[in-house]
Amino acid sequence: MSDVRLDAVRKVYPGGVEAVKGVSLEIADGQFCVLVGPSGCGKSTLLRMVAGLETISGGTCAIDGKVVNEIEPAERDIAMVFQNYALYPHMSVYDNMAYGLRNRGTPKDEIDARVKEAARILEVEPFLARKPKALSGGQRQRVAMGRAIVRKPKVFLFDEPLSNLDAKLRIQMRVEIKKLQRALKTTSIYVTHDQLEAMTLADQLVVMNKGQVEQAGAPLDLYEKPQTIFVAGFIGAPPMNLVTVPEAGLPGLTLIERPAGPVVLGIRPEHLHEQPMGPDTLTVEIVVSAVEAVGAETYLYGALHGHGPELIVRVPGRATHAPGQRIRACAEASQLHFFNPQTGRRID
Amino acid sequence: MEKRVVFHGKLLPFLLLAPQLLVTLIFFYLPAGQAVWQSFLVQDAFGLSTEFVWFENYQILFAKGEYYRTMLTTAIFSSLVAFFSLSIALLFAVQADKHIKFATGYKTLLIWPYAVAPAIAGVLWLFMFQPSLGLVSQAIRAAGFEWNPLLDQNHAMALVVMAATWKQISYNFLFFLAGLQAIPKSVIEAAAIDGATPMRRFWTIIFPLLSPTTFFLLVVNIVYVFFDTFGIIDAATQGGPAKGTETLVYKVFSDGKSGGDLGGSAAQSVVLMVIVIALTAIQFRYVERKVQY
Ligand SMILES: Nc1ncnc2c1ncn2[C@@H]1O[C@H](COP(=O)(O)OP(=O)(O)OP(=O)(O)O)[C@@H](O)[C@H]1O
Ligand SMILES: [Mg+2]
Repeated sequence: MSDVRLDAVRKVYPGGVEAVKGVSLEIADGQFCVLVGPSGCGKSTLLRMVAGLETISGGTCAIDGKVVNEIEPAERDIAMVFQNYALYPHMSVYDNMAYGLRNRGTPKDEIDARVKEAARILEVEPFLARKPKALSGGQRQRVAMGRAIVRKPKVFLFDEPLSNLDAKLRIQMRVEIKKLQRALKTTSIYVTHDQLEAMTLADQLVVMNKGQVEQAGAPLDLYEKPQTIFVAGFIGAPPMNLVTVPEAGLPGLTLIERPAGPVVLGIRPEHLHEQPMGPDTLTVEIVVSAVEAVGAETYLYGALHGHGPELIVRVPGRATHAPGQRIRACAEASQLHFFNPQTGRRID
Repeated sequence: MEKRVVFHGKLLPFLLLAPQLLVTLIFFYLPAGQAVWQSFLVQDAFGLSTEFVWFENYQILFAKGEYYRTMLTTAIFSSLVAFFSLSIALLFAVQADKHIKFATGYKTLLIWPYAVAPAIAGVLWLFMFQPSLGLVSQAIRAAGFEWNPLLDQNHAMALVVMAATWKQISYNFLFFLAGLQAIPKSVIEAAAIDGATPMRRFWTIIFPLLSPTTFFLLVVNIVYVFFDTFGIIDAATQGGPAKGTETLVYKVFSDGKSGGDLGGSAAQSVVLMVIVIALTAIQFRYVERKVQY
């Protein structure tokens, strides 16, 4: 058992910046938890507090049932993969991976066995004698992972480990990290601001904003039932359409059922379709202003009724639409999200 | 598009380089050439006749045990100064790197000694350690230790080592601090997570990563001790007592000026020149390769 439990954790940096404002989270043993959020929302700060690289200003952090607030990083039995990899530049790949074990006085033959095993898993065997300088970005990334897994820690911490790689390698490494974590069953906390990475990796997805948790849960739960306007706009690409609808309604927008009072209506581009299919409750009329074809699907950008709020509609395959065209799109009641414009919270 | 100014003709580049070339020529190559020429000559005691003697000056120089003694003195002096000024500067730099909050004041204080002229540094230390009146000497005596750099060679050596070290720490400190700040913080953090104690982190990560800086400073410091400490020695001990603090560069001066042996003194300065050229060559060769990781 090695779960991580955060209880009302706060961080105030010297100088008064409150980077984390009371975060409570429970990460079960073996779970892959992903923290996402916009830049500066406190993701790294939270991760570094779990690692012990930043002091905790308030609340408690417990690993494996033991409060670690006052415990040194070395004694927390965690491993961290940094964005810039933080490999030791003067040591060979082998020594980079062996360093942590040597510091802990592991017997020599066991070090050798573990390093070779990790090198085999991560396919870095041919480079064991090289210095990090002589490796490509992807290979360095693997060595950084290797350095984390040889120690068999209780928790893996990742701070945007893939953001320095090109798009293709990023997808490949993302799949490998997922497989590796599944195989090792090590509790992991992973920070990213790439929401695709977040959706695909997470068992538990935590959306953070301004130092607080907006919503935590299974990725698809967040996609299907975002609890706040922020989460609704953050999860999904292209983002959910969010339209403020006053009590009196909007020209070009027909809503059969809706909560009373002014609301923010949310509808994902992929849930708007041109042919009515059954009991649609929403119909919008849009004047197309731009067409974006990405191959498998096409995104239509346009303003409601020609001059209202901007909306995005996804149509499958190739589209024949042209800018200036007037279209009608519908959506079913089950796909609509309503939010309170004052509190930003979901109305069910 | 990159904009480029193109000069036609060769005159302008030469004119622009001329002042620097002239300065180098007049103040460096000319005296160096003179020294080499002089080292092949012998003057009689009254300066009336001069004779060209090829390498006789060098033969005499290397035949005398005295010159080797001076070499040994210089070696001891420079190793001590290099060792202490490098290690103390590194210690200070590590502290400044940690508490970067107060660093500005701390750094300013540390840089002051570098602005003090060598001769003044010598006099300053001489005053503090002057056997009968010096403040520090009185304290040392009060502690029951018989301190007298005017009579005891080891005490004199300690005095000039302290003065020369004190003056060089600032320079080394600045380079070490810059070197420390160039080490990514995450590398140190990774080592901390990897279970290395602060001491172990220093010796296995920080120190090796600083080695290019250390090597560069080592060479610079040796050159400094060889030449720039002349003022300190002249002001503090004049090479005494009984030549106990006479370094190679001080001997050039005392043999040439007081001893009147211009040829011998020129030969010594040529030897020194060769040493510096060798040191510089080593620096260029190895800073690029061996010490890099
Ligand atoms: N050492 C520090 N001292 C003072 N303020 C800091 C420090 N480190 C971070 N902050 C502030 O804390 C807030 C959160 O920073 P943090 O690095 O945790 O953000 P992040 O979510 O990781 O962002 P990014 O996605 O850009 O990495 C920011 O406003 C930042 O300016
Ligand atoms: Mg960050």
